[in-house]
Amino acid sequence: MSTATTAVSAARIPWRTLAWLVPVALLLLAAPYLVDEFQIITLTYGLIAAIGALGFNLLLGYTGLLSFGHSAFFGGGAYAVAFMVKYLKIASMELFLAGSILANAIVSLLFGFVCVRYTRIFFGILTLCLSQVLWSLAFKFFWVTGGTDGLRVPTPTLLGSVAGGDKMQFLSHQYYYYVLGVFAICVFLMWVIVHSPFGKALQAIRDNETRAEFIGIRIRRYRLIAFVISGVFTGIAGALWAPLNGLASPDVLIWTFSGEIVFMTVLGGFRTFVGPIVGAIAFTYLKTYAVGFTTYWQLLLGVVLVVLVLLLPTGIMGAVERLTARLRGTR
Amino acid sequence: MSLLATKALTKSFGDNYAVNRVDFAVQQGEVLALIGSNGAGKTTLVNLVSGLLRADSGQIIFENNDVTQQKAYDRIKVGIARSFQLVNLFDHLSCVDNVALSIFSREGKTQTLTALASRDRAVWDEAHELLRQFGLDRHSTMLAGSISHGERKLLDVAVAYALRPKLLFLDEPTSGVSTREKAPIMDIVSSIVRSGGITVVIIEHDMDIVFRYSERIVVMHQGTVLADGTPDQIRANDAVTTTLIGTHPTGEPAFGSSGNA
Repeated sequence: MSTATTAVSAARIPWRTLAWLVPVALLLLAAPYLVDEFQIITLTYGLIAAIGALGFNLLLGYTGLLSFGHSAFFGGGAYAVAFMVKYLKIASMELFLAGSILANAIVSLLFGFVCVRYTRIFFGILTLCLSQVLWSLAFKFFWVTGGTDGLRVPTPTLLGSVAGGDKMQFLSHQYYYYVLGVFAICVFLMWVIVHSPFGKALQAIRDNETRAEFIGIRIRRYRLIAFVISGVFTGIAGALWAPLNGLASPDVLIWTFSGEIVFMTVLGGFRTFVGPIVGAIAFTYLKTYAVGFTTYWQLLLGVVLVVLVLLLPTGIMGAVERLTARLRGTR
Repeated sequence: MSLLATKALTKSFGDNYAVNRVDFAVQQGEVLALIGSNGAGKTTLVNLVSGLLRADSGQIIFENNDVTQQKAYDRIKVGIARSFQLVNLFDHLSCVDNVALSIFSREGKTQTLTALASRDRAVWDEAHELLRQFGLDRHSTMLAGSISHGERKLLDVAVAYALRPKLLFLDEPTSGVSTREKAPIMDIVSSIVRSGGITVVIIEHDMDIVFRYSERIVVMHQGTVLADGTPDQIRANDAVTTTLIGTHPTGEPAFGSSGNA
């Protein structure tokens, strides 16, 4: 009894939503004054991953397409920034974002044109293959892409103002707020998209492709549009990630990174709008601490994944929803 | 002039001709029943006309336009809609969402990304009104996957009807429904389509329903049209009686003199 009914009621922005939205927004705004730089930078990584997962979930949660190639768009966004630095000597973050949106629109249009003809495992494998093509290009054409060394991305200018002083200070304050702003815009835009008639049509396609066609929806075209929007959102995440990381490297183009995007979305719950956001932030912290805690951090993540599938098949948000429903029921 | 006409329409699956050179016409405003035993080609004919299947040869003419090569969504745009024998709904969406999607699609609004669907009052008012007509209003916020089979059959028809088609195919609207529920479903469906003034083709196995709700009957057998006429003519047709004997669940002649039509 979850997705659809909550989607309908959520579209009216009930007070209940505001009751948690406002405190969360205030906390995010106050965060740099509450916790240390390391936490803020981790949170920034989390917010960026959240934008990527949000884009990814437009396909998985709303259109019913599981992409295993979203690293192509995340990496595509990051490399678009790196190329703009290297070849065009650009330093403006706004131009980075515009450039990565353009680059990813083109890449996702090309990929989407091939992939949306298929669904299920065939779609997943195709996206994986195509993303690996991009990875191998970045890997082999080292004189253009820097190979495994990647390409350096220096501190950008934000809204025309040049950053001065300590880099950590810049990243945990100005850059954090910049990312938070882009994140808020992305969340708002995605929220409108999934609650628009177009978003409803995507859910119809997800539920029943044949019937969707028989109410006059052009399935492939809609899937392609969703694919491009999804790619562009994930690309924005990649573009924001590059200056934070200081380096665009093939690590974010390889298929295992696509797996991380899938993981974080499933962790948060792909059946709800906020699931991927929660999952991305949780995953970022989990990974950061797992890496710091043990060299076998993949093992730890593997255990989490198994527990997740067995105990929380609907993800964190699915579990929260069930819990609140039960609490409300007992009252 | 016919609203719909097929000319020598043919579709084969391997060596088996499911629809074999069928000339089938539907007149504006009529309620026509398409009957025949299992495997007679009724559903294949509907699949061809609605665009689910591609014809091997022949033509489909709708309102004097050749739609044979058109995709399903284009045929819906010109006014051909259908319901499904096996219920085909958006199970994870609410009942009212199911109907509203048809309305959004009909109005060309599903291409809108920048406005909230919930704000379009006209669409939701119409969707709720339609659910009320179909007797499903008390389920409007329930998921389509969670209501009873009979109600799902009705919702399936409502989703097709919400497209306001000129020609509506109802593929066994009462299949899988208990005998007691059949008449109420057909009463609702037939009163709505008649008041909406749309042309309807009903595919049905139940002869009581066929005789009670249709004005003209087309009988198919082994991919061809065996007979075409009013209920009385069909009842008197020896070829039809002979071919269809034994297909009635009771084993009686499909429609003997005891028919309560």
